[in-house]
Amino acid sequence: MIKRLLQEVKQYKKASIAAPLFMVGEVVMEMMLPFLMSFIIDYGVNKGDMAAVAKYGGLMLVCAFISLICGTMSGWNAAYASSGFVKNLRESMFTAIQKFSFSNIDKYSTSGLVTRMMTDASNVQHAYQMIIRMCVRSPLTLIVSFCMTVYISPKMAMIFLGAMLFLGIILAIITTKAHPQFEKTFRKYDDLNASVQENVTNIRVVKSFVKEEEETNKFYTAAKNLRAMFTKAENIIVFNSPVMQLSMYGCMLLLSWMGAKMVVGSQLSTGELMSLFTYTMSILSSLMMLSMIFVMLSMSMASAQRIVEILNEEPSIVNPEDPCMEVKDGSIVFENVHFGYAKGEDKEVLTDVNVSIESGETIGILGPTGSSKTTMMSLIPRLYDVDSGCVKVGGVDVREYDLKTLRDAVAMVLQKNVLFSGTIKDNLRWGNEDASDEEMIEACKLACAHDFISSFPNQYDTFIEQGGTNVSGGQKQRLCIARALLKKPKVLILDDSTSAVDTRTDKMIRESFKNYLPETTKIIISQRISSIEDADRIIVLDDGKITGIGTHEELLKDNAIYQEVYQTQKKGDE
Amino acid sequence: MARHPKGVGTNGKKLDVKVLLRLMKYVLTRYRFRYLIVFICIAISAVASVTSSMFMKTLIDGYIEPLLLSDVPDFAPLLKALMVMACIYGVGVISNFVYQKTLIVISQGTLFDLRNDLFSHMETLPIQYFDTHAHGDIMSIYTNDIDTLRQVVSQSIPQFLSSMITIISVFCSMVVLSIPLTLVTLSMVVVMQFALRFIMSRSGKYFAAQQQRLGKENGFIEEMMEGAKVVKVFTREEKTMQEFKQINDDLCDAAYKANKYANIMGPVNGNLGNISYVLCAFIGGLLALNNIGSLTLGTLASFLALNRSFYMPINQISQQLNSVIMAMAGAERIFAVIDAEPEVDNGRVTLVNVKEENGKLVECEEVTNHWAWKHPHDDGSETLVELKGDVRFHQVDFSYVEGKQVLFDIDLYAEPGQKLAFVGATGAGKTTMTNLINRFYDVQDGMITYDGIDVKLIKKDDLRRSLGMVLQDTHLFTGTIEENIKYGKPDATHEEVVAAAKLANAHSFIRHLENGYDTMLTRDGSSLSQGQRQLLSIARAALANPPVLILDEATSSIDSRTEKLVQEGMDKLMHGRTTFVIAHRLSTIKNSNAIMVMDKGRIIERGNHDALIEKKGTYYQLYTGVIENS
Repeated sequence: MIKRLLQEVKQYKKASIAAPLFMVGEVVMEMMLPFLMSFIIDYGVNKGDMAAVAKYGGLMLVCAFISLICGTMSGWNAAYASSGFVKNLRESMFTAIQKFSFSNIDKYSTSGLVTRMMTDASNVQHAYQMIIRMCVRSPLTLIVSFCMTVYISPKMAMIFLGAMLFLGIILAIITTKAHPQFEKTFRKYDDLNASVQENVTNIRVVKSFVKEEEETNKFYTAAKNLRAMFTKAENIIVFNSPVMQLSMYGCMLLLSWMGAKMVVGSQLSTGELMSLFTYTMSILSSLMMLSMIFVMLSMSMASAQRIVEILNEEPSIVNPEDPCMEVKDGSIVFENVHFGYAKGEDKEVLTDVNVSIESGETIGILGPTGSSKTTMMSLIPRLYDVDSGCVKVGGVDVREYDLKTLRDAVAMVLQKNVLFSGTIKDNLRWGNEDASDEEMIEACKLACAHDFISSFPNQYDTFIEQGGTNVSGGQKQRLCIARALLKKPKVLILDDSTSAVDTRTDKMIRESFKNYLPETTKIIISQRISSIEDADRIIVLDDGKITGIGTHEELLKDNAIYQEVYQTQKKGDE
Repeated sequence: MARHPKGVGTNGKKLDVKVLLRLMKYVLTRYRFRYLIVFICIAISAVASVTSSMFMKTLIDGYIEPLLLSDVPDFAPLLKALMVMACIYGVGVISNFVYQKTLIVISQGTLFDLRNDLFSHMETLPIQYFDTHAHGDIMSIYTNDIDTLRQVVSQSIPQFLSSMITIISVFCSMVVLSIPLTLVTLSMVVVMQFALRFIMSRSGKYFAAQQQRLGKENGFIEEMMEGAKVVKVFTREEKTMQEFKQINDDLCDAAYKANKYANIMGPVNGNLGNISYVLCAFIGGLLALNNIGSLTLGTLASFLALNRSFYMPINQISQQLNSVIMAMAGAERIFAVIDAEPEVDNGRVTLVNVKEENGKLVECEEVTNHWAWKHPHDDGSETLVELKGDVRFHQVDFSYVEGKQVLFDIDLYAEPGQKLAFVGATGAGKTTMTNLINRFYDVQDGMITYDGIDVKLIKKDDLRRSLGMVLQDTHLFTGTIEENIKYGKPDATHEEVVAAAKLANAHSFIRHLENGYDTMLTRDGSSLSQGQRQLLSIARAALANPPVLILDEATSSIDSRTEKLVQEGMDKLMHGRTTFVIAHRLSTIKNSNAIMVMDKGRIIERGNHDALIEKKGTYYQLYTGVIENS
């Protein structure tokens, strides 16, 4: 997993290596300082040699300066590497998602993908920066400081070794105990926030059933529960700082006692003893830092995992080798098509579908929810691949086409359709990048959208909010149809795309299709009989099987489902 | 109505003292005694740590130097001194432990109170608040703002305290040891402050840019993920990629610059500290050698240790300052919610159970399911008015925002048991009408009466209890199906629940679920189909058994079989109740007693179906499909 992530470092490899290298320089220089200090005292001050003080003092300044340069360079490189790394990560994730097929997309929720690309990526960014800066700094400080103490006095170094072991073991115990407790707590925290979210969106229900007090009590209990869990978790890590202090003070006492004896016994100079005191702090605090890094890293692991999941997701539909680059006409053939969403499960969604549609025909598709109308149509632009059998467009198996060629020729207006933030023109250009104003107006006229667009003050330059919230449902649907028309498709599939459009406009749209798009194969999925009754042929689907194909009159005669739907709808309309 | 969350560029912002004071007040009034303990313990712990660096002077000058001079070294006094130190250290460690532990209680308790205050206050806010604030913004108060506050309460404030105490005690000790060296140290602190301010203003600027670009990228990703399938159908992958790359590169640029400055803060601070250390060593060495200012070697050693411990807390404070500023922005948002005006309720008329005695209504304690409005009058007398469900609008004007009137001079009356339907285009004011009946909003002019009583006089809770609502977006809660149906009547028996479910045509599908009525619903019942969710919300309203119903018909396309079930359920629910229907499908309202055709806030046609068809006006056009209704 880590390996997969590291592949994304790419052009930032140099900076990623430079950052820790400069850090080494900084740490080494920093560690020299207490060492030089003892020189100043021992060789300078004690011997009354001001020249030596100046010499070592000057050396210290040089060290501090080099340390500053190295630190700055390390910081810059780390910033460059980590922000670049996360940029690459986001780009790769975005690319991966763009390559996803529908079945890949179905696996993730929108918010899930957004979280992965934003929050999780940011977490990894911080972790990465931490690694290339701190993960080098802390162990290095630890090692260099320890080496220095060994150099000064191997005997005294044993004190540090003992303290490190003591602190290390206790920190390890605390961390391993606290981590699962925190994870549990944070899950509970998510639950609490979910219930707040529920209350905010359901506020009308809460208020109309006068449940404010009870909801508050419910929240109170949950919040109390959360407090208890947080307290429990924090009560584990509360030992961190006292234990750290205990080790530090312990070291200092031992150093004082043994140090005094050694100085008296001339085994140690006072300057050296002072250096040892300084190293106490840097050794123990870097150990502390290490345990913190460890916790942070293990937390960002979950994020890394979620990112890699996206990066490793295999797109289930890829372009064939040597693809067919032209769609001849709008004829469609389904041959013994079987399909199920979950591979390996026996729950088939389409069973043995056989139908042949000629170019230019108008086909209506009707059937109850869950009868797989949308699924069947999704196979035409190869949004999903069949399990067995084949779907042919223009006489060629869809799996042999170049994907872009195929999907440009087959325009599908989705049931859950989306307009993007931008002007109406921007949105229409999704259908055809180079569409002229005249072409756009023509398409909008065909989709009965021109009139209402013209009534807007800014007409075709009207800005559409994200998700198309500032146009009505029916207007949105007509814009989506116009957008699809601009593709000049050979096959046009409307998946319940006029449900919010009134019956008369609906009819006008269908008429204009008939008159102006005679070559295009038109397939209309609808819940409304009125939308499809004048189609050339109607396919009735039930539970993934075709139960009837024929004209309105034919089906009314011998198809039970069709009759039933007709009955219920006519009863309301008369 | 969606409002995008505002950019969180707080880094460049100045600390808001007023908010800070209020927060301190909020925290301190709760845990006065505990905070005192924390303060004392922090002080002890800080003094212990300062003593520890001071001890080096004593160690070298007071013990080691004399020992070096004596022929027969006697270590007993040193041992004694070390024992004393051990005790001081011990007290220091214990105080540290005590204050850390107390802080947990304080910080968790404060957050707990804050959350509860926030939530309980939120529940009292009027619907208008939720309509005018993006739900994401409200949520982010619970998730982001409280979280940053947690850091401030449990980390920044104690760190601040301890740093301040350390700085002061270290400073005093330094002054005692050597005034000239203290001046050297102080001058470096000034240099450091200048450097810090310069770097922070730079990084703050880019952090703000980073936040803003993060927001932009977030929005772009959200939009493209939401429309991922449309992108594929239109084969716009390449183009989308290009746009994304541009936004992503911009973000990277800002992030790099922001972190670039933030990252050099450590080295700059640290090394300025080092320079100060060297300067002190050099100058101190000179002074000690020349015996100026009675500076001894031991004093110098102690001073240098103090020099180190002087910079650390200064660094810490400046680091904490940033998170405090961020948290204050959050605290400001939290207080804004807590300060938001709650729904006012001056209603005096309450709903009571009554029974009939000698042809007169008498209030009674027991549940009779026979209700009446208890209307207290100014002269102390009370009248009981039977709850029937007679709702009238008298010349009602209304606007959500001043100057933008949405309802004009609405007059209508619904007698008990009647069914009234509103039809018209989006924005015609249909939903607004229903918002007024249950007083989610109050009328500006005119009056609405309920059984002859002005709704403004009725206690809101009682008014709403007498009105049932089935909204077009069904809102279910996390919990079992049974709990959801019982929502409006928590003390209902299982039999009553089943009866309500049967009435709503929901019983058969519930029975087929693996766990039946105990099936857990999560995320707004996402495991159920739209139609099933609707049946549940009908059952929920049926169990509450209100005399007046408000139905907002669903627009989403459900298949005709389920639709039939839903329709039947609704019809059964409406039976015998005054019902207001916001209609989207005209076929379902033909049997209404009256249909109001609304346009731009006015009722332009009214009458029953046949009469309106006869009239060949707007309704006729709508019905035959000339004007779109959405």
